[in-house]
Amino acid sequence: MTSTPDHARLAKRRGVPLIDGIDKVTGKARYTADLDHADALVGRIFRSPVSHADIIRLDVSKARALDGVVAVVTGDNCTHTYGVLPIAMNEYPMARGRVRYRGEPIAAVAAIDAETAERALGLIKLEFAKLPAYYTSADARAPDAVLLHDDKPGNLERDVHNQFGDVAQGFAAADLVREELFSCAEINHAQIEPHASLSEYDPATGRLTVQTVSQVGYYLHLMLAQCLEMDSSRIRVIKPFIGGGFGARVEALNFEIITALLARAANGKVLMQLTREETFITHRARPQTDIRLKLGMSKNGRMTACECQVVQRGGAYAGYGIITILYAGALLQGLYDIPAVKYDGYRVYANLPPCGAMRGHGSVDVRHAFECLVDRMARELGLDPFAVRRANLLQAPTRTMNDLVVNSYGLGECLDKVERASGWRERLGKLPPGKGLGMACSHYVSGAAKPIHRTGEPHAVVNLKLDFDGGLTALTGAADIGQGSSTMVAIAVAETLDISLDRIRVIAADTAITPKDNGAYSSRITFMVGNAAIDAAKRLKAVLVAAAARKLEARPEDVECVGEVFRVGSAGQASLPFADVVAAALVDEGAITVKGSFTCPPNFHGGKHRGGAVGSTMGFSYAAQVVEVSIDDATGQVTVDKVWVALDCGHAINPLAVEGQIEGSVWMGMGQAMCEETRYLDGLPAHASFLEYRVPTIAESPPIEVQIVETHDPYGPFGAKEASEGALAGFPPALVNAIANALGIDLNEIPVTPDRLTEALIQRRRQARLASSLKAAS
Amino acid sequence: MHAPTPQPKKRLLRLRLNGRWREDAVAEKELLVDYLREVAHLTGVKIGCDGGECGACTVLVDGEAVPSCITLAVRCEGRDVETVEGLATQGRLSRLQLAFHEKLGTQCGFCTPGMIMAAEALLRQNPNPSDEEIRTALSGNLCRCTGYVKIIESVHAAAGSTP
Repeated sequence: MTSTPDHARLAKRRGVPLIDGIDKVTGKARYTADLDHADALVGRIFRSPVSHADIIRLDVSKARALDGVVAVVTGDNCTHTYGVLPIAMNEYPMARGRVRYRGEPIAAVAAIDAETAERALGLIKLEFAKLPAYYTSADARAPDAVLLHDDKPGNLERDVHNQFGDVAQGFAAADLVREELFSCAEINHAQIEPHASLSEYDPATGRLTVQTVSQVGYYLHLMLAQCLEMDSSRIRVIKPFIGGGFGARVEALNFEIITALLARAANGKVLMQLTREETFITHRARPQTDIRLKLGMSKNGRMTACECQVVQRGGAYAGYGIITILYAGALLQGLYDIPAVKYDGYRVYANLPPCGAMRGHGSVDVRHAFECLVDRMARELGLDPFAVRRANLLQAPTRTMNDLVVNSYGLGECLDKVERASGWRERLGKLPPGKGLGMACSHYVSGAAKPIHRTGEPHAVVNLKLDFDGGLTALTGAADIGQGSSTMVAIAVAETLDISLDRIRVIAADTAITPKDNGAYSSRITFMVGNAAIDAAKRLKAVLVAAAARKLEARPEDVECVGEVFRVGSAGQASLPFADVVAAALVDEGAITVKGSFTCPPNFHGGKHRGGAVGSTMGFSYAAQVVEVSIDDATGQVTVDKVWVALDCGHAINPLAVEGQIEGSVWMGMGQAMCEETRYLDGLPAHASFLEYRVPTIAESPPIEVQIVETHDPYGPFGAKEASEGALAGFPPALVNAIANALGIDLNEIPVTPDRLTEALIQRRRQARLASSLKAAS
Repeated sequence: MHAPTPQPKKRLLRLRLNGRWREDAVAEKELLVDYLREVAHLTGVKIGCDGGECGACTVLVDGEAVPSCITLAVRCEGRDVETVEGLATQGRLSRLQLAFHEKLGTQCGFCTPGMIMAAEALLRQNPNPSDEEIRTALSGNLCRCTGYVKIIESVHAAAGSTP
């Protein structure tokens, strides 16, 4: 499956800039809101003012009658639900009968300008009967709580229970058993581009063209056909440049369907630009999560058992919920060798915006709890944090108890690298007061082995077109959202054919032109689309080599292609330039189109237990990191001085982009660990701006020293695995462990905001005072 | 039933935009960002927030970096306004544009025009800024992709190169 890369040459290269980078630095790159919309109507959404209510009456007649309003749509215009898993689609683009969170779309208008659209929203009358609303998992799960969805007793979207190995025996065999509770705040992707969608419906042809911020145009395409009751062949979904995703735009989003409904109702073109506040309300990010974690450990640091209970506050609708709660349990495994693991997961409905997929999907909060508790137990046993991790390494290839397959495993090397780079051994325990070092490990999948829509098709298809001009166009449905996936495709093709990168254009994510792709999620593109690109390039190479052989009157097996020259014999007895070979190949069949594909064999599709497909992949990335902090114990302000991180991505196809992805993911983990948190007041988002939702600025962002570990995965393209998500989950626990190292205080809640840390410091002083006065009294 | 939305009062705005003088009728309440994007079609100027929070709309007014989303267009009467589209000369990238491209100071690219303009204002005043000076100058510009590491590298690289 692996290609025959010139590893030496690949490794020599430091990487290449993004093939669409110049458009980004010149301002030429067009994002959805930048597209030509001179003749477009302006779309606006009327949203629920309450968290939970039955809709008694919705009157849009005055809005409809307003001069300049062209279309008004409501829940009556779409009677189909949409969502992610075919078994759990319980959301309407606009509420029907009941609203379940504040800000839920109820109606929408398309008008000739923004002012008119705003006025129209003010003319919509809504009568409702309030229902009790629940903003915490505990309230929503109370026995007498009103159900958000009648078919979901206890307001539970899904509970998961599984056990692998003998947990009781594992705890009995342990020298130390500890159990703690952790709580992780809900956070948001906060991609800098606000949501936007441009839809055009042509009544003459009955065709709909949607240009939008989607990470997975294919999913949106399916949901548009379903919700608009349209023949799928009449729909085209195009991805322009996208200003970040991080999971926010994996599922089809309500405003995208609403914009399409408006365009059809208006028989025209509608641009919907959500505000930052509405972008936050659309949400679909990481849920507030409570974790009860129990670990058993022997004196030498070997883990003997793990018992983990997870409660995720999922918001008002299903979205990705089932998958998130399954990931949280599945990825307890695959990082270390643990002989027994028990998992109980609960995904809870609450009257808040729906959560969804976010970078490190499902794994981050649980990994945080795990790496914190492991560190504390190591301390109690007098063991070094690195030694404890090393005592529990897996041996690849292996299959975990829950049937996750580990084909390559560079965690040991990651540990060695960050231990050395950070000066851990020399510096730990010798830092000045207020300073500390902490470390943690993490991992993530390189694509889901079993896709959501199990159509039986290949996981990825890439087409290549080569024509008279000698230009090569790669067509892929994979959405480049800034991670550099189009550049990766170009490199994979160029390396396989040994041609210049400049010769290749990549056209991505247009359902009328590019082959279907499952899109940008679960870090699948490099592994799956990369393999498909290599496959396509090999097929093209065969066509070109055959043409060159005929021309050179040689056997194809004697022809080699080096740097755009096809030659016979290593001494280059006879050779042809690329252009001549292309011309010769075209004689036979005209413009050449080849197709490459990648299919993940059933062997990797996960366990047979319920939900066992989630977490399964052909290649896990592995990461270790060390975080150094300085703490002002008067203000509770934590400063991250530096981060050292190493990640095993199998092979870095584009080292520059791999570094960028690792830096970005570590930093995103820092935001979650230190300052990011959504807050709701009676269901009203109190965080819905960049002033309230604190994303780290450049001023407080630390230097991040990245090292790449290459384990040459046997199945990855050129041996590559993912690099964009695996390092994120290590930051929060490394930070909390560093704070413990600096202050001797163990924190169980993130983000570690100054008020939380100050509260912990005050409590410690209070306890110390109490202890000393009791001592004096006795 | 309801009267059409009244048109706002407009006046003539004369300014020098990316080196060229031009005149346009603009509403008095029109924001500079909307003027640049909708009237001048300079869509390199981005809107990332609901006002003054993210820096994606940063442009230069008389050489000073300002968020165009909280600046009235009419305030730029007679002034020199520069956007990212004005940086390249005859297709040749500016030193900052080249550095952000080559050092991967841009990932999704949405914050990039504003980031580059804020850095441009810095380098004109301070040709060799320290890490801390870069951090201070760009602290109003949010990026969600890079962790800022390669942004700082890009600014240093641009500062070290010949303009």
